[in-house]
Amino acid sequence: MLYRENGQLKTTYGADQQIFPIAQDRWLIWALIAFAFIAVPLLADEYLLRAILIPFLIMSLAALGVNILVGYCGQISLGSGAFMAVGAYGAYNMLVRIPGMPLIPALILGGLCALAFGILFGLPSLRVRGLYLAVATLAAQFFADWIFLRIKWFTLDSPSGSVSVSNLQVFGLPLQSAADKYLFCLGMLAVVALLAKNLVRSAIGREWMAIRDMDVAAAVIGIRPMYAKLSAFAVSSFIIGMAGALWAFVHLSAWEPAAFSVDLSFRLLFMVIIGGLGSIVGSFFGAAFIVVLPIFLNQILPAAGAIVGVNISTAAVSHAEFMVFGALIVWFLIVEPHGLSRLWSIGKQKLRIWPFPH
Amino acid sequence: MSQKKIGDVVLNVQDISLRFGGVTALTNISFDVREHEVRAIIGPNGAGKSSMLNCINGVYQPQEGSISFRGQTFKHMNSRQVAEMGIARTFQNLALFKGMSVVDNIMTGRNLRIKSNLLMQAIRNPFSIGGAQKEEEAHREFVEHIIDFLEIQAHRKAPVGQLPYGLQKRIDLGRALAMEPQVLLLDEPMAGMNLEEKQDMSRFILDVNDEFGTTIVLIEHDMGVVMDISDRVVVLDYGKKIGDGTPDAVRSNEDVISAYLGTSH
Amino acid sequence: MAFFLEALFGGLMAGMLYSLVALGFVLIFKASGVFNFAQGAMVLFAALAMARFSEWIPIWTGIHSRFLANVMAFVLAAALMGIVAWLVERLVLRHLVNQEAVTLLMATLGISYFLDGLGQTIFGSNIYPINVGMPKDPLMLFERTFDGGVLLNLEDIYAGSVAALMVAALSLFFQKTATGRALRAVADDHQAAQSIGIPLNRIWVIVWFVAGITALVAGIIWGSKLGVQFSLTTVALRALPVVILGGLTSVPGAIIGGLIIGVGEKLSEVFLGPFVGGGIEIWFAYVLALVFLLLRPQGLFGEKIIDRV
Repeated sequence: MLYRENGQLKTTYGADQQIFPIAQDRWLIWALIAFAFIAVPLLADEYLLRAILIPFLIMSLAALGVNILVGYCGQISLGSGAFMAVGAYGAYNMLVRIPGMPLIPALILGGLCALAFGILFGLPSLRVRGLYLAVATLAAQFFADWIFLRIKWFTLDSPSGSVSVSNLQVFGLPLQSAADKYLFCLGMLAVVALLAKNLVRSAIGREWMAIRDMDVAAAVIGIRPMYAKLSAFAVSSFIIGMAGALWAFVHLSAWEPAAFSVDLSFRLLFMVIIGGLGSIVGSFFGAAFIVVLPIFLNQILPAAGAIVGVNISTAAVSHAEFMVFGALIVWFLIVEPHGLSRLWSIGKQKLRIWPFPH
Repeated sequence: MSQKKIGDVVLNVQDISLRFGGVTALTNISFDVREHEVRAIIGPNGAGKSSMLNCINGVYQPQEGSISFRGQTFKHMNSRQVAEMGIARTFQNLALFKGMSVVDNIMTGRNLRIKSNLLMQAIRNPFSIGGAQKEEEAHREFVEHIIDFLEIQAHRKAPVGQLPYGLQKRIDLGRALAMEPQVLLLDEPMAGMNLEEKQDMSRFILDVNDEFGTTIVLIEHDMGVVMDISDRVVVLDYGKKIGDGTPDAVRSNEDVISAYLGTSH
Repeated sequence: MAFFLEALFGGLMAGMLYSLVALGFVLIFKASGVFNFAQGAMVLFAALAMARFSEWIPIWTGIHSRFLANVMAFVLAAALMGIVAWLVERLVLRHLVNQEAVTLLMATLGISYFLDGLGQTIFGSNIYPINVGMPKDPLMLFERTFDGGVLLNLEDIYAGSVAALMVAALSLFFQKTATGRALRAVADDHQAAQSIGIPLNRIWVIVWFVAGITALVAGIIWGSKLGVQFSLTTVALRALPVVILGGLTSVPGAIIGGLIIGVGEKLSEVFLGPFVGGGIEIWFAYVLALVFLLLRPQGLFGEKIIDRV
């Protein structure tokens, strides 16, 4: 009743192909954007911004990148943490070594470093796939772990291996408060998400999905598997690299190589699986889930334990987090392999025909 | 009804032999295909018909022999090259992209003709700065003509995995047609269809041959269809050619009869 | 030269430990086509069970014989791994029967996280010792040939022998018994195996149980050497390249791959490490696996992977 498309007839192919063809969706999105840009910085407190919203935005960006590679192009990657690291350290070196380097170009250059790294470690995808490719991407992860730990040049010969950035500015405006940082990340996410959505609904997106679904048939149509796979690695690593730079600069401010370990790679993969492979909006759902879950457990478990009279330590909560993650992954894979985004579309379907059951 | 103008030889297969380890799939196969004709390849199961198409397409590399297309000879075909030369095909086991809608599947067939690069596609916008939007709409229009032709308008947004088998076969054909091919290789396009569906499919194939002049190479088991719509027929058995000629000539060929019905000893 | 030999032996022994973990991977892959990312978590879980049970059994039963306590702990831990195997089949594998390899891989990743959390919740997260009576003394060999002799660890030699025994037993199991044959059939084609009456579910429980026992043995040996702690899960990640090298379907391949990786890591660390700031061990195994993936994806002894069109 509320979500009816009646009367919304398209007279041009352009109108049919737009990102949000249903008018209600368009209103909702504009409302959401207005809320996110205007209302949230005014209403949200420091803790909400720093602990939940900013990590959510940056992780959504990273999950977006991972989804392009794993969800749209079907190339499994367990090395996303490494791409984030390369982006972070790349942007750091650009910012610190080149005098007068502004922030956004430094981030973009960091992304380009990650892009090059991604293409290099994406080469095995031309030879192997599936779990063999997974092992190859782990090589990227451990190699990155090593170069940022041992090759002092990347960390400007810092004795402890950790580096930091401070006094960030964008176009002369300082990025000091949590609200400033939030808006900056939101802006970057909005731009990149739009570009990514454009890519996946255009010819290159169809090439990626063709390779994912059946690469032999794709070759017969004239799609070059090499170009499709490497471009997926390139675009994906670029986005993940920028997310890594944002994570380091905006969220952490000071970091060491362990911040981008294999654990982060697994978390990113979980985000896209739970959120929904092959779905832009799914990346947001997955990121929100994974960012919020530990905080949720941290609040709920001790309280629940107290009711039953059991003392639950922080260590126990982190173990419980592991168990919940693991169980959820398995549950999603069995029940809804297409993740939260599928549940979302089913919800919308039901809403379309509400109040009728079918 | 005007007589169809059949042209010169456009595709020539010479002495192709294909082996997989110890199994010989094709032995010294040679035949030609003339422009604008409908050429059928028939034979019992396992005769090597699909393997022959796979060789033409560059999916398999034959150990011996060569293939000529419009005068250019190749020992090994590369799939992309073949697609660029204007040879398209459908698959026996349906190689559709299950994760995409009908429109998107057929749009992938336009891939070779899409000029805008990755960056242009990323900044795609309603004002068509960079040209990607206009190009996408133009190709969509072409694909819609194919959808009209194949009468599948009602299903254009459905994910192909959810459609019945007969419709999927039509979409496979649509994707091949989107490539605007000069030669169309059809691998058992009517397998698993009932009489009505077969009539529809035959009509589509003949229309494609008539209106666009596309040369058709067709693998098919239904003898009625083969005799009705083809101009010439090649017969394979156990990887060897045992017959080549017009449908009538092949029908009365003794080797062909014994291959299908078995000889009495 | 003595130094080189010491490094070599050290590498061989480390390699043996990798091989033990890799054996579990190979078993499960051979019999179900599933790549078990949870193998490391299983090693940790089994080791934790063993360590804690051997601590608790004297308290529960009043038995003070070290040997008897250890034996009972082993039996209990093995039984626990059996329950884990049964649960994994019941709750996870049964529902994912014909899914693609990647889905199953992700599922085992989930199981890995779950077992991590569960093990530490039940058994605790400190470092626990395992004392199964392994000699800790060093052994000096070749004292006359080389100045000062070559220092070996007796414990490592025991570990190596145990690993060799396990390999022999497993190879026999696969080749000579009916169950082993059934396992190989299942690995080849689930549906075909089912259609000739092989009970898929029971086979999977058996194979995960055997892999669990392998994990237990590996866990005991690792734990005896290093103490049982969380970092054992990273051991699994180090064992992945071993199966790539050796071939996912080959039991001897797991052993040889392990030895190569162990030796390679040690030698490259010792001889190349100083030039590049050390720490080569972090990535050596993986880069070697990468090279193999590009040149010979099936590994040294695996079956050739054929992609059907």
